[in-house]
Parts: sequence; structure tokens; C-alpha cells
Amino acid sequence: MTTKPESPPRPGIDWRGLATSLLVSLLAIFSALVIGAGVILVTSGSASPNRSPGVCDAVGEIQSVYVLCKAYGGLFVGALGNPRAIANTLVEATPYILAGLAVALGFKCGLFNIGAEGQIIMGSMAAAVAGAMFVGLPMIIHLPLALLAGVLSGALWGAVPGFLRARTGAHEVITTIMLNYIAIRLIDYLIKGPFRDTSSSAPRTAFVAEEARLPFLFGPDYRLHAGFLIALIMAFVIWWLLNKTTIGFEIRTVGANPDAAQYAGMSITRNFVLAMAISGGLAGLAGASTVLGLEHNYKAAFTGGYGFDSIAIALLASSNPIGIIPAAMFWGALRNGAGLMQLESGISINLINIIQALVIIFVAADQIVRWIYRLPARRGTQTTLTRGWGG
Amino acid sequence: MTPVLEVRSITKRFPGVLANDKVSFTLEAGEIHAFLGENGAGKSTLMNILYGLYAPDEGEILVRGERVAIHGPTDAIRLGLGMVHQHFMLVPTLTVAENVMLGTEITSGLLLDEKQANRRVRELSEQYGLTVPPDALVQNLPVGVQQRAEIIKALYRGAEILILDEPTAVLTPQEADDLFEVIKVLRAQGKSIIFISHKLKEVLAIADRISVLRRGRMVGSALPQESTEESLAAMMVGRDVTLTVDRGAASPGAAVLAIDELVVLDDRRQRAVDGLSLEVRSGEVLGIAGVQGNGQTELVEAITGLRPTEAGHVILAGTDLTGASPRRVLDGGVAHVPEDRHRHGLVLSYPIADNMVLSTYLRPPYAHGVVIDDAAIAANAERLVEMFDVRTASAHAPASTLSGGNQQKVVVAREFTRPIKLLIASQPTRGLDVGSIEFIHKNIIQKRDEGVGVLLVSAELDEILALSDRIAVMFKGKILAVIPAEQATRHGLGLLMAGVVEEPADVIPA
Repeated sequence: MTTKPESPPRPGIDWRGLATSLLVSLLAIFSALVIGAGVILVTSGSASPNRSPGVCDAVGEIQSVYVLCKAYGGLFVGALGNPRAIANTLVEATPYILAGLAVALGFKCGLFNIGAEGQIIMGSMAAAVAGAMFVGLPMIIHLPLALLAGVLSGALWGAVPGFLRARTGAHEVITTIMLNYIAIRLIDYLIKGPFRDTSSSAPRTAFVAEEARLPFLFGPDYRLHAGFLIALIMAFVIWWLLNKTTIGFEIRTVGANPDAAQYAGMSITRNFVLAMAISGGLAGLAGASTVLGLEHNYKAAFTGGYGFDSIAIALLASSNPIGIIPAAMFWGALRNGAGLMQLESGISINLINIIQALVIIFVAADQIVRWIYRLPARRGTQTTLTRGWGG
Repeated sequence: MTPVLEVRSITKRFPGVLANDKVSFTLEAGEIHAFLGENGAGKSTLMNILYGLYAPDEGEILVRGERVAIHGPTDAIRLGLGMVHQHFMLVPTLTVAENVMLGTEITSGLLLDEKQANRRVRELSEQYGLTVPPDALVQNLPVGVQQRAEIIKALYRGAEILILDEPTAVLTPQEADDLFEVIKVLRAQGKSIIFISHKLKEVLAIADRISVLRRGRMVGSALPQESTEESLAAMMVGRDVTLTVDRGAASPGAAVLAIDELVVLDDRRQRAVDGLSLEVRSGEVLGIAGVQGNGQTELVEAITGLRPTEAGHVILAGTDLTGASPRRVLDGGVAHVPEDRHRHGLVLSYPIADNMVLSTYLRPPYAHGVVIDDAAIAANAERLVEMFDVRTASAHAPASTLSGGNQQKVVVAREFTRPIKLLIASQPTRGLDVGSIEFIHKNIIQKRDEGVGVLLVSAELDEILALSDRIAVMFKGKILAVIPAEQATRHGLGLLMAGVVEEPADVIPA
């Protein structure tokens, strides 16, 4: 072997592709906001903006522009206007990051985990029960134990569809949706029955012990809890797992070309189960961190929608674990700023749903974005999101 | 005399590729015009333009002297163009006559008039010497007969110009000879034929005129009586090539692979491999000849652990690997060049470097524990790219950016540089240019000389004859005979491939 004088170029990261896909995501968001503005203008006839002095007075002569300024201004200030708003945006982003990672990891293995919702529910419940069940354990044991309970229940709820897919061919889209309903009903029974906190009139579990709570990062005035740090760390851990370990190499290979994976000696069954278990575990952690950091008990349906929004977040981030962080923050910001937007402009909170839906459409049909903004068409093979129905 | 078909300066661009670059040719009435070219030379694009499946970017098409625009197969059929695709467009569960009239059904009232359809098919089949049973189900017919049904379908729709796309790819040598007879009858009756192929021998045998395409350009035309295989190959590739493989005598040792009474089912749960026994010795190339679809694919998949076995044994160097996982087979010292490199051999979206460790990523130096060593993988890739002359800008480019030949070199580089006892090469040069074929053949022989047992499966009889020390003929899941290479003839093998077992002296029954 002859060694070349200069060192070989560093492998791995395709910066150009990454930059383009980032640009597409940003343009998708931009386009959604522009169309959202159109929706505001069309519907603002009934809106009654709260005429208060502020920057919008400068453009206040035209009613429609004023409404627009109030709406998006309110959205922005509500999401990022002051330290508390920023902290709340990050709080909102925490479960989105973890659940987004869950869905993204599934995509990497060619699996479409629609069951993050059910896995979050199971994780939340398990963490709430584990957090409340023991008394007097030191924090260093109790908190990890409660988190682990959440991770494991989510992992179990994810592994089952993975196993069914590998062994019987039952498509994970179907089985995870079914398991969502099972989770909802099961939890409904548990919080009204065995785990109900009898001291409360509402069906909910008992409060978790102080030792099992994730600490607030900046004191109780800011709701930002340590779950956010866990989410950031997990994003890097998942990135590392996928790109720097043999485990991730197998998961990605099975996702990119299952036939070649099998040819190369990888087990499809093992990887399907493993990927779905990790995915479910991350979703479970999303639930557990919310229970242990914020809610401190489990009540029905507080998780509503995290699981489904996380699919959109994974798409927006092109399943890149690091990209999940800003995508989740964007989602969290929309959710967090919506209240002030409605207060300021009288525009319904539901506008946020429209903007989110538009983002999903533009990201999913990214050729539209590439066409509008004259970006080069996507080259090479595209990410396989899922297989099964003739895919 | 006006040519029946004239193509003037056709250009067709695909993103990043000039598939046809100012291609012009004429087709005279009653002529067999062969188009020769490597895969990717632009033959298929040109024919798809003629059949209206693609619109040319520039240029014009004249049929019987008149400029025409062909917007789709309907236009093409109306103009008297008929196409027989490499992969037949027949409905297996319908009869020949039903297939022929599909789309232009003969009806009486609301019912199909099967009798009249059968009669028309019979008339055509007598007129052109195309023996086809009109009322037989297509799925029950041999491939050669199905092909005749396709030709009848085109004739039924009034084709005056027939385009045959790689028509011999799926035929035995004898079936190919039958097809040539049919083509000659068609010519005698005034039909014009475009014959597409990359096989030099048959083009020389059948064509009146030969046009050669290379990288989208018409690089020359030749008359068969003035050409040799070498001269055509040189025109196809653009340089002189050697068509024979340099190799000394084999010195076979002990058996590396012993297969005993193996039974394997195909995807439809039919017995594709049916009680097959076989032995490959170290230091020899055992070639499996046979028409595609006689169980070769299933045999290889069963040996490599990709497909379960029903009965029998696979023994690798004394170890029973029947039903073992692909990982165990790999670790046992088996290299596998799969027949479909896109499906099994490569992950196209992965960099070349990752593809080169696809089956060794688990082990040092590429991984320590579960942590992958990117530097070791890169170094390996740099080394192999140079050693196997993979033409690429970087070892970190995705495999999808490589040409077919270079993709195959990546697979070969990966498989040949592991410590192996047995090499299974399945269609190792399918779709490759002549240069890459030379290279891969040389490497296979080199492995043999290093003492590796080689099991070669190929649909190209020439490849089998060029590389094998012993030739096993596979027919309907069984080995009909194993013949020492020096005693094998194309004729003898052809008969065996068709399932005809004579008892001439040179055939030793398995």
C-alpha cells in the first residue's frame, strides 16, 4: 500500500446536501408564514385587534397591515420576547425534541413510527407511578429510576410493533396506531382505578416524590427543567449512535436497503426491534421528562398531540438528530407564542395549526419549495421514510 | 428507394446525461439492422423515442419518407412500428389469443369472439412460421414461445417495422437459433427489423447492417461480412480489447463446497432447486450454465443464507452451513458477488467507503467495540479505489454516482479482499462494458490461482466457457451434467440447457 502525501479528505458529512436541506426547511417555514399572513388578512374582518400603543402604530394607518403586525408581533413576543417567554418556548420544545428524535430514528431504519403518542403516554404513566410509589429514596436513585421506568415502558410499547413487523410483516403504521388506542384506554383505566390519587376529585395519579422530580434550571420562576438538557444530550447521543457506531450503521443500512443489509449479514428482525425499542424509549423519555419536570403527576390527555407533531418535526429536520433541536424549538415557539398572538390581534389560536400544516405540506412536498425558489432538484436517492405498501 | 424509417439527428438529454447525441440512421424495407452498444450507450433511449415513450429534444423521424411526430405507443402502432420488449408485456393468466387482441378486442355483441381471435393468431403463425398455440395460457409456455406470442401481437397490430430489444437475453442458444429463423422469414415477407443486442456473435450472424452506438453517439456502421468480433468490440468500446481470458491450467484441491440433495423453494413456493448435488474444489472455477430462471438464483441465495432450504445439506470446508445465517456464511469464508448489485450488493445512497466495508464493518480495524473508526474505513477505501481502479472523484462519493462497471468494481473490491475460501460470482459482468468485463475476469482467475474455489453462475455462455474449469448445466432445479471445460461445446451445452440429455461421449451425467 502506498501512502499518499496528503491525508485523505475527511469522510462523512455532506455539507452541501445539508445546507440545501436546511435551506428547504427554512423556505418551507417562510412560505408557510407568508400564506399564514394571507389567511390572517382574509379572516381579519372579524378580528378586533387590541389597540395598544406599540411598534405596530407606526404602520397602523392600514388596518390589515396593523392586524398582521399585531398577530405575528404577538406570536414573536409571546415566544421569544423576554427571558420567561424563551424559557417557556424551551419547555415546550423539550418533549418535541425527544419525540422528534424517536420518529427520526424510526425513519432511519425505514420504519414509520406513528405510535410516539402511545409510547409517550406509557412513558409518562410509568414515570408518574415510579415517581410516586417509593418514599424516602435518595434523589440519585429515585430520579434515574423514574426516568428509566418511562424509557422502558416506551421501549416496550415500541418494540412490540417492531417485532410484529419483522416476524409477521404486520405494518408498523397499523400496529402503532392500534397500540396508541390501547395505551389511551389502558391509562384511562389505570388513573381511574389502581393508580388514582384518592385525595383528588379529578382522575389523576399521586404527585411524584420531590426526590424524583427533575430540578428547575433557573429556579421555580422559570419553568425550564433539566429535561431540556437531557433532550439536548439525547440529540447528540442519537447522532453519535447513528453515525459513529456499528449499531447505527446497521440501523441505517436496514433502512436504506434491507436486502443489502441482509446480504451483509445484518439481521432485519434484530434491527427492526432494536430501532423501534430505541424509538419508543425516546418517546417514553419525552413523556417521563414532562411528568417529572413539569406536571409532577399524570392526568388524562396532557400529552395530546406531542406524538403526532413529532412526525412533522422529524420531517422538518430531514430526520437529522441535530436538526431536530431547531425544528422542535420552532414548534415549541409557535405553541408558546400562540396565546399572546390571540390576545394581541384577536386571531384564533388555530392559525398556528394552519401554519404547522402548511410547513408539513411544504416539507413533505419539498419539490414545490425547490420549484418556487428555483433551487436545484433533489439528486440521488431520497430518504426512505417507510416501506411496505409497494414502497 | 425511400427507406421505411429514417432518423435524422436525434438528440435526447437527461439531467446530466446526453443519452442520444445527433443520432441518425436509416432502415430499408426488408432489412435487418442491428444496433450494437454497451449498456448505457443509448440504444434503449433511441428505441423508446421511436416507440413514442420519450420525446426527442432535437431531430426528426421519417416513416416511409414522411415526417412524423410520435407522441406515444398508439402513434407508433398506427405508423406500423411494433416493439418486442426485453421483458415481455404479456398477461400470464390469459391465453395467447387473448393477449394478442388485448386492447383491440374482437367482439360479437358484448362477448369476446375467441374463435375469430384464435383463427387470426393461427393465420399469422402459419404465415410467418411462428409456432404458437393460440388457446394456451401464457404462463404455461416456455420463454421462447412467449416471445413468439409477443411478435405475433406486434404483427397483429399491423407492424411493418419490428423493434426487438435484446431478444436473445432470455433464450437458450437453440431457442435463439429458432428466433433467427423467424426473423429471416419476417424479412423474406418484407418486414423491416431493428435488432438490438450487445452480443457480437449473434449480430454478426443475423444482421444485414450493423450500427454501433457509444456514449449516445453513432460511432460507426459496418457490414457483417467485413467485420469480426474484435473489430466490432473495438468500435463499441473505443479501443482494442482482448475477448479471451488468459489463464493457465487449474490445480484443484479438496472440496470447498459440497451440496447434497438440496431443495429450495422460490417465492411462489415452487421447488426452484430440486434435489441438487454439486461440488466445488479449491483452485477451480465451476461454472453453472443454464437459461435464466432454472433455479440458479435460488441456489446461490440458499448457499449464502439469504433463502431458507427445505432439505439437503450445504457443507463449506467440512462445516455444515445448511440454513446458516448470512453472517455465519460470510464468517465461514464465503465471498458473494450478487447477481443484482443494486438490490443486494450496494447501498446506493452510501459513500463508496461505507460500501467497501458493508460486510466487515463489525470488526477491527473498522470498529473497536461498537465505535466505528472512520479513518480506517477511509484508508481502506483509498487503498481499494486505487487497487481496483474505481473511477471516481472521491472515495466518499455516493455509490449511486458511479457507472455500472465501477459499482461492480466496488463490490468486487470488497468481496475479493477478504480472507475467503469460496467465491460465489453470480452474473459478475452483467451489464458491464467490455473493459470492466476484462478486469473482473482477470480477478476471478487470480482468486482461483490463489486456491479459492469459485462458483460462477452466468447466463452468458461465452463467459462460462471463458472462465470455467468444469461446467455444470442446470435445468429445472437440477444439475443435468458436469462437463470438463475442454470437452464442452456450445452445441452440447445448448442442448443440455434446453433439457435435452443425449448420451454423447463428452457428457458425464451428474
